[in-house]
Amino acid sequence: MERILNIQELTVSFDGFKALNDLNFSLDRGELRVVIGPNGAGKTTFLDVITGKVKPTKGYVQFKDRSLRNFSEDQISRLGIGRKFQTPRIYQKLTVRQNIELAGNPHKSLFGTLLGKKSPTNQRQVADLLGVVGLEPKADILAELLSHGEKQRLEIGMLVAQSPELLLVDEPVAGLTDEETAEVGQLLLNLSADHSIIVIEHDMEFVRQLSAGLGSQPENRVTVLHEGHVLCEGSMAEVQKDPQVIAVYLGSEEQH
Amino acid sequence: MLTRILRQPVWREVIMIGGVVLLLATAIPQLLYAIGQGFRVGLLGRFMALGIAALGIDLIWGYTGMLSLGHGIFFALGGYALAMFLLLQLPAGKLPEFFSLNGVTELPWFWQPFSSLPFTLIAVILIPSLVAAIVGYFVFRNRIRGVYFSILTQAALIVFYNLFNSQQKWINGTNGLKTDSAMFFGKVVSSIEVQWLFYLLSLFGLVGAYGICRWLTGGRFGRLLIAIRDDEPRVRFSGYDPTGFKVFVLAVSAALAGIAGALFTAQSGIITPNAMDVSFSIEMIIWVAVGGRGTLVGAIIGALLVNFGKSVLSEQFPAFWLFFQGGMFLIVVAAVPDGLVGWAGRTWREWEQRSSRKSATYPQIDLDENLHREKTQTEKLHNSGK
Ligand SMILES: Nc1ncnc2c1ncn2[C@@H]1O[C@H](COP(=O)(O)OP(=O)(O)O)[C@@H](O)[C@H]1O
Ligand SMILES: [Mg+2]
Repeated sequence: MERILNIQELTVSFDGFKALNDLNFSLDRGELRVVIGPNGAGKTTFLDVITGKVKPTKGYVQFKDRSLRNFSEDQISRLGIGRKFQTPRIYQKLTVRQNIELAGNPHKSLFGTLLGKKSPTNQRQVADLLGVVGLEPKADILAELLSHGEKQRLEIGMLVAQSPELLLVDEPVAGLTDEETAEVGQLLLNLSADHSIIVIEHDMEFVRQLSAGLGSQPENRVTVLHEGHVLCEGSMAEVQKDPQVIAVYLGSEEQH
Repeated sequence: MLTRILRQPVWREVIMIGGVVLLLATAIPQLLYAIGQGFRVGLLGRFMALGIAALGIDLIWGYTGMLSLGHGIFFALGGYALAMFLLLQLPAGKLPEFFSLNGVTELPWFWQPFSSLPFTLIAVILIPSLVAAIVGYFVFRNRIRGVYFSILTQAALIVFYNLFNSQQKWINGTNGLKTDSAMFFGKVVSSIEVQWLFYLLSLFGLVGAYGICRWLTGGRFGRLLIAIRDDEPRVRFSGYDPTGFKVFVLAVSAALAGIAGALFTAQSGIITPNAMDVSFSIEMIIWVAVGGRGTLVGAIIGALLVNFGKSVLSEQFPAFWLFFQGGMFLIVVAAVPDGLVGWAGRTWREWEQRSSRKSATYPQIDLDENLHREKTQTEKLHNSGK
């Protein structure tokens, strides 16, 4: 199986504090991986490094066998890595449709954006995506008027519109109702049919849903991050049995 | 046929603008002359020129979120370029007077091309936009934004001000360039004919600038500017490099300020380093804030209103104008933060919504119980998250 993402000995330190510490990680093409870990484990920083927001102090990130060190955020995005932020970041003063159109615009240069024509395929793609994320009825209202759950879905829609090969999704169900959580889970599982995805999550119920996969799909693997380091990796059942994991993470779940 | 055209917003807008232009080119000046207020025609021409600069400010501030406190630089560059052209319309071998007073006997090389009209017209547009593009490129590439950008533009303004002030020999320093008695195609610049020509040029310049800004902001490009304004880092993750976009709009905005400076100078009869006074660049911001940032019409109305207010009030109470201006700015920022046009638009939409409650479009959100429940839920979530 081809590796889409390969991370070796990655260390990121902020003024001496190592948010990521000698982290090794790899993802196969087409895989959906769930990354869990307590608050401050370095999960968001992990995505920051992959997307070019933070440069590694040591080690490297390879996407399709190419080191990302010298690429900027926008170049990495155009290479095919899309990112959803922990708190939804959408363009509040644009409509839902305009948000998706901007993300999905195939001409991202200055003059391409100014002069490029909207192709019918492009418009069909936008319409399809509005359906996929269930926002068709609200396509033409300002994004700031959406509910929190709808904003989460819109941002996932914007992500997919970029037609990335790798989706990085940071805590997509924080603050959602159970019903909305299940919907987003279903959406991500559907997307995993033709994308590689990393989902960062806190909500254990949601992690179980994702790791179980869809009916015919094999089980998805889970990676546990702790203090900037991979603690353990495997199926949900394996991870749950791991004594180290129980000690640092799952154990604390009971205390809530 | 006609009703069908009228139903299309684009045509409605074109027709409305055409009507206003017609009034400004014929009836309004005649009326002003008829009631003995002829001098206000000249003022109107100048203020329309300022409206062009206001459009440029709106483009970078209202749409793109970059607050420039240094647009006086571009205004002055345009003004000096045209002023020198006017001063150079002399019989062969003669020099503008101030040169000889300063002991300069030969026209400096960098002023030589300014005796040509086509060159000057290009220079009025290109010099400000090149300066803006070069500065902008280094600033934006290094991701300097927000208040740091504003401070930087003001610092640049002060540098240019002092530079122009100190160059007695080449640009007549503090005294600036006086164009009143210069010649333009065989007529004195201050003559009624030439002044009327510049009035019309300002009017059409304003319409042209409006058209360009409308085109830039109307489509996908304009929406990207708004996205940059509201969340620039996010734009990068959508795959756009904001640097080029910002350099481009800053350059367009500088070109508009340059054109405004040229048109204004021809009508006011003088350009001095005072165009790069800190307060003048801030006034440009005030016009746009008062009229309504993010609405192009607002920028124009703001420029006209504030400047007419200024001229009327300073005739009546010369000492108090600055207080009025400051007070007006405070009131607008506090009471109608989206400016007069923004406020009017909002009120109109609210009124329209209230009178068409039953229509199944936008107000649905308030009516649909489900949506309403969702909305309050998120609000609760937001509040509890704080
Ligand atoms: N820009 C930064 N500067 C300093 N410390 C940071 C920065 N970003 C993250 N950190 C620290 O790195 C650690 C990991 O943070 P983060 O990746 O956000 O954790 P998680 O997403 O797993 O909750 C935290 O202790 C956080 O305070
Ligand atoms: Mg996080």
